[in-house]
Amino acid sequence: MTAEVQLADRPAARRRQTAARLFDNRHFLGWLFMLPAASILLVFLAYPLGLGFWLGLTDTPIGEPGHFIGLANFVSLSRDSVFWLSVFNTIFYTVVASFFKFFLGLYLALLLNRRLPFKSLLRAIVLLPFVVPTVLSAIAFWWIYDPQFSIVSWALIQLGLIDHYIDFLGQPWHARFATVVANVWRGIPFVTITLLAGLQTISPSLYEAATLDGASALQRFRFVTLPLLSPIIAVVMTFSVLLTFTDFQLIYTLTRGGPINATHLMATLSFERAITGGHLGEGAAIADAMVPFLLAAILFSYFGLQRRRWQPGSR
Amino acid sequence: MSEITRRKLVTSSMAAAGGLLLSRKARAEPTWKGLPLEKNASIRVLRWKQFIQAEFDGFVANTKKFTEQTGVKVRVDAENWDDLRPKAAVAANVGAGPDIIMGTNDDPFKFAEKLLDVTDLAEYLGSKYGGWYPIARTYGMLGKKWIALPQGATGGCLNYRISTLHAAGFEEVPKDLAGYLKLCQGLKKAGKPPGFALGHATGDANGWVYWCLWAHGGKMVDDDNNVVIDSPETVAALEYAKQLYPTFIDGVLSWNDASNNKAFLADQISLTLNGISIYTVAKNSPEPALNAIAKDMDHANMPIGVTGKPTEQQNILNTYSYTYTKYPNAVREYLRFMWEKEQADAWETASNGYIAPPLPAWNDNPIWTVDPKVTPFRDVLKYALDVGYSGKLGYASAAVMGDFVAVDMFAEACTSDQTSKAAAQRAAERAKRYYKA
Repeated sequence: MTAEVQLADRPAARRRQTAARLFDNRHFLGWLFMLPAASILLVFLAYPLGLGFWLGLTDTPIGEPGHFIGLANFVSLSRDSVFWLSVFNTIFYTVVASFFKFFLGLYLALLLNRRLPFKSLLRAIVLLPFVVPTVLSAIAFWWIYDPQFSIVSWALIQLGLIDHYIDFLGQPWHARFATVVANVWRGIPFVTITLLAGLQTISPSLYEAATLDGASALQRFRFVTLPLLSPIIAVVMTFSVLLTFTDFQLIYTLTRGGPINATHLMATLSFERAITGGHLGEGAAIADAMVPFLLAAILFSYFGLQRRRWQPGSR
Repeated sequence: MSEITRRKLVTSSMAAAGGLLLSRKARAEPTWKGLPLEKNASIRVLRWKQFIQAEFDGFVANTKKFTEQTGVKVRVDAENWDDLRPKAAVAANVGAGPDIIMGTNDDPFKFAEKLLDVTDLAEYLGSKYGGWYPIARTYGMLGKKWIALPQGATGGCLNYRISTLHAAGFEEVPKDLAGYLKLCQGLKKAGKPPGFALGHATGDANGWVYWCLWAHGGKMVDDDNNVVIDSPETVAALEYAKQLYPTFIDGVLSWNDASNNKAFLADQISLTLNGISIYTVAKNSPEPALNAIAKDMDHANMPIGVTGKPTEQQNILNTYSYTYTKYPNAVREYLRFMWEKEQADAWETASNGYIAPPLPAWNDNPIWTVDPKVTPFRDVLKYALDVGYSGKLGYASAAVMGDFVAVDMFAEACTSDQTSKAAAQRAAERAKRYYKA
């Protein structure tokens, strides 16, 4: 009986031993502990991304399997004037909005970094546009820009500055700038608060030393603040550019891409073609076409700004 | 079982006798030969989100009545129009989801083979209620098979201010294109211009531009789905629209579906294309100013163009079920119940004439005549063409409309962003990309 048990137990014991050895192995444990995080990344990030690329190479309609058609979607898009208009609009929207968001955000951050009365309250107020859901603020802007009910036009008429309502969203260039303004209003708090956090990590002693050396306010900004802030600027502007480039809600609520597609961004066009129009493949191809631009933005910020000195003294 | 066999026998012999011997009037009322309901059946309905709460309440009340009579549990969910389309398509693809979808337009044609055959039901309803309108047949039938039951249309009519119309020197809305242009010019001169959406407004913008295109004999595709939008007829339509456009109020290029309601109720415009909603809001408002607008407004159908036939574009509500449903008999029975006149009447009354009937026999509901201002909405299905006209409904027709190809073409021409000819060419290029497959 005992012998039998021992015999039967031998392979089990060996298994236990192997397991114990395995669990002592740092490499194995490393992989094991990474598994949950990796699977989340694979399932929720890599798979949808891969699927998106694949869809761009097919003619999939909504609700049915499609066929592989190679680069046909891209070839057809390259001959589509609306697509190229959306590329132009997206670049214009991103560049202009990011430019203003950065300078206004930096300016606000510098202001808020000073000793101000009610500092916390002011900082909370600055965050407000960021807290309001995008769609709600977009609807507010929709009313502000309304061709018949705009409060801006109304105020200007009351002041006697203009004599008829401004057609904010009804003319291509008006609409482009109007959407940029709405985006800037919404995006500033993110830039401000992040840069403010960066500003507060800069040691006051550096400013004191610079002042003792006779640096002017401008020089202190140029030679102390800016270099120390540049890693944060790189991060915040990368995010800002990415978020602006992929903006959807604001445009969709304000103009749906009109007038005459003058505010169609690649994201809104992708949605319109894929979901409203039912051509998932083509919509995915438009979304895929955004990737090179996004990669370029990331690489630019990485090589252009990120590699600067991260901490004083480090290389 | 035996009862069903008997019933089947009686109805089929009656139908044969009716067809052969009796005049339509004298024919006995068709009877529904539904199959026995599945045990413990429970069905899920996904429908379009209501704009008028009373309409939804009326719909739910009918549903409740059905549950009381049959014991079949029915759950009703409502979602925005635009969200229904992808959900319906995904349900078709994965073979699971709601048992019934009440959606719009040509959606069922995108996954026709996945849909429950409702031919018997549609034929029963058609023969009982005076025959479906031709456009209802277009939206319900694929070949000889019915794949969907049209529910009606959220009819669009011209909404106009009576006093401004008079001030412009007109007694009624002209029924021809030249007169209509003169009316628009007159309204502008009278100080309260017309306003028609030219932005990406699914209902309002598509509504009037397709009317204008078709009224001049233009069309997106021919009978064989070949793109023929780049034509002299289209250019004529665009040239006509170019004359209309300067009479419109500023800002129509950015208008969405809500904009003309706002402008009309704010006393800014005197003519637009819309459903009954402006009138309903104005009439039921506690504000005297809005009541005054309701009193001073009326409705008319769109003018008739060079083709000599009405060419309206309407938002058709279309209901379908899938072959995957576990309770096809309960589904058919529910649909039949909801489409019977008794229920349709109650629902129509609750909605105050929001839905134009797909069956002529529904027309005698007093809601359409108690207030004569509502009457024009009743008949819109008589005057409408389908969005795929004159080709076939399907992916391409839905995509061309979803991508606002016609609206953009009109906007480009009206604003002189492109010449009419160039706008038509560009539209043809865009449409071909969808119709090529």
